[in-house]
Amino acid sequence: MSKERIKISEDLYDIMPSDYQDLVKSATYGKEDRGWKDIGNSKELIEQHSLCAGCPESMAFRYILASLPNPEDTVMVGSTGCTSLVFPMVAVHNIHSLFGNQNAIASGLKRALSVRFPGRTKDVVVLAGDGATVDIGLDMTLQAWFRQEKFTTICFDNELYANTGGQESGLMQKGFVAKMAPVGKLFDKVRLPEIARESGCHYVVQCTVSKPSLIEKVVRNAVMIAREIGPTYLQLYTPCILEIGKNSMEGLQEMRDSEKPTERFAYKEYISEPAKQLLAEVTAKDKEKKAAAKQLASQEA
Amino acid sequence: MTQYRVLPGPEHFLPPSAASMGICLPNPGEAHINGVIVPEEKAYEEAAKQFLMAKVPTIFPGPLVLWAWNEKAAKKATAVRHLYNTLKECAQPGQTPMLIPMPDYRPKYPKINPEVEINPNHPNLTIWHNKIDCCMFIGVHCHQANLSLKIIRGGTSCYTIAMCAQAGHEDAMLSFRDASVEKIMKLAEWVRKLKGTVQPRLTSAKSGASN
Repeated sequence: MSKERIKISEDLYDIMPSDYQDLVKSATYGKEDRGWKDIGNSKELIEQHSLCAGCPESMAFRYILASLPNPEDTVMVGSTGCTSLVFPMVAVHNIHSLFGNQNAIASGLKRALSVRFPGRTKDVVVLAGDGATVDIGLDMTLQAWFRQEKFTTICFDNELYANTGGQESGLMQKGFVAKMAPVGKLFDKVRLPEIARESGCHYVVQCTVSKPSLIEKVVRNAVMIAREIGPTYLQLYTPCILEIGKNSMEGLQEMRDSEKPTERFAYKEYISEPAKQLLAEVTAKDKEKKAAAKQLASQEA
Repeated sequence: MTQYRVLPGPEHFLPPSAASMGICLPNPGEAHINGVIVPEEKAYEEAAKQFLMAKVPTIFPGPLVLWAWNEKAAKKATAVRHLYNTLKECAQPGQTPMLIPMPDYRPKYPKINPEVEINPNHPNLTIWHNKIDCCMFIGVHCHQANLSLKIIRGGTSCYTIAMCAQAGHEDAMLSFRDASVEKIMKLAEWVRKLKGTVQPRLTSAKSGASN
């Protein structure tokens, strides 16, 4: 698993658009400790995007793509919504599913990949909005978790249907009035993280995308646990600045305000016992590697 | 026997797939020209003529040759470059051969730069922008090639050639099958052989289809 499989034919190298040449030269495919700190030093796996200026979803995309542990062997499954505007610009294999059936597609995909490539680690990551995950696709979301399908589900929670002008979604907070939901939400935000835990997810996190290091940690954990143990779920607050009446530069502050301990996006985490054990093993291995590298460096010095 | 012929367009918005109009794929050793099955030799001659007649003859290499995913792909890429170099050598004043890649199939609209790449979901943009009047697809997965060829036939007057590694394409105006390094080199030989015998068109626009 490395860049070796991503090579341009020598005789046609010069005609390839520069973004592909850059991907081959300086993207972090195959780098073991890839993470958000590579942003700015290497070619990102997202080219330009067509989201609104200042959209927190674009930050989320950049952090997630920088943090996937195995991007050259990862397939992402998207769904209808703002995310589907971005996937065409993403240099990771991806499938656009019909609205809501992303977890069903991912289930079949993960199984097919394990049959087709038995000796190779293939990760599947679902990335969809709250409408696809919680409203239209809730059946598929839950059934995948009940069946213990080994992939990660990431929900970009912007608390409404932003792409179509602001309709009410299940993850909208109670009482919120949106452009196309003038009465205001009459019931509470669906508690999907709790539902995920009860439905069999081994790793569940709810947070905002204000801190890249945190996103790196939770994405890596979620993918590693899904690979070895079972389903994992991340619910990330990516506010739609247009629909909540904010300016382009106010997205980050909105996330910081919403993640305070008493607010609705205070950090929540659930890890099952087998997942805890796996993470402990991974951490121990990482420590060993670092110690060995340090020792080697000191010997060389 | 169908009367339908696969001709340069613009046919109309959403043209029928040629297969649905009764066009059949060639058997090994054969090719088709405008939907009529012919011996492969005749197709080499016709493809070379079309290239030499065109004002902007263009090769569109797809991911299967652009990416060196195996040794054979890299060799085909070398042959494609050889064909392009031959076209350049044989071009007369006023002719501008081009080599434009289709690196992948992501629907990159509206970010695509039609000057430097072609996308199967809106190939007409690249053809219109560069005024391409004859093109050859090579190394494009069949489904994406069919999609592109149909869009091109529907909306442009470009003559399409498919150098297909599988069973050929009904939706191209001329299609080879079982493409190999040898076949690409042979087409280059034919271009060289016919050099100077074919009069280039003065303009890139051609008349519409006559189906």
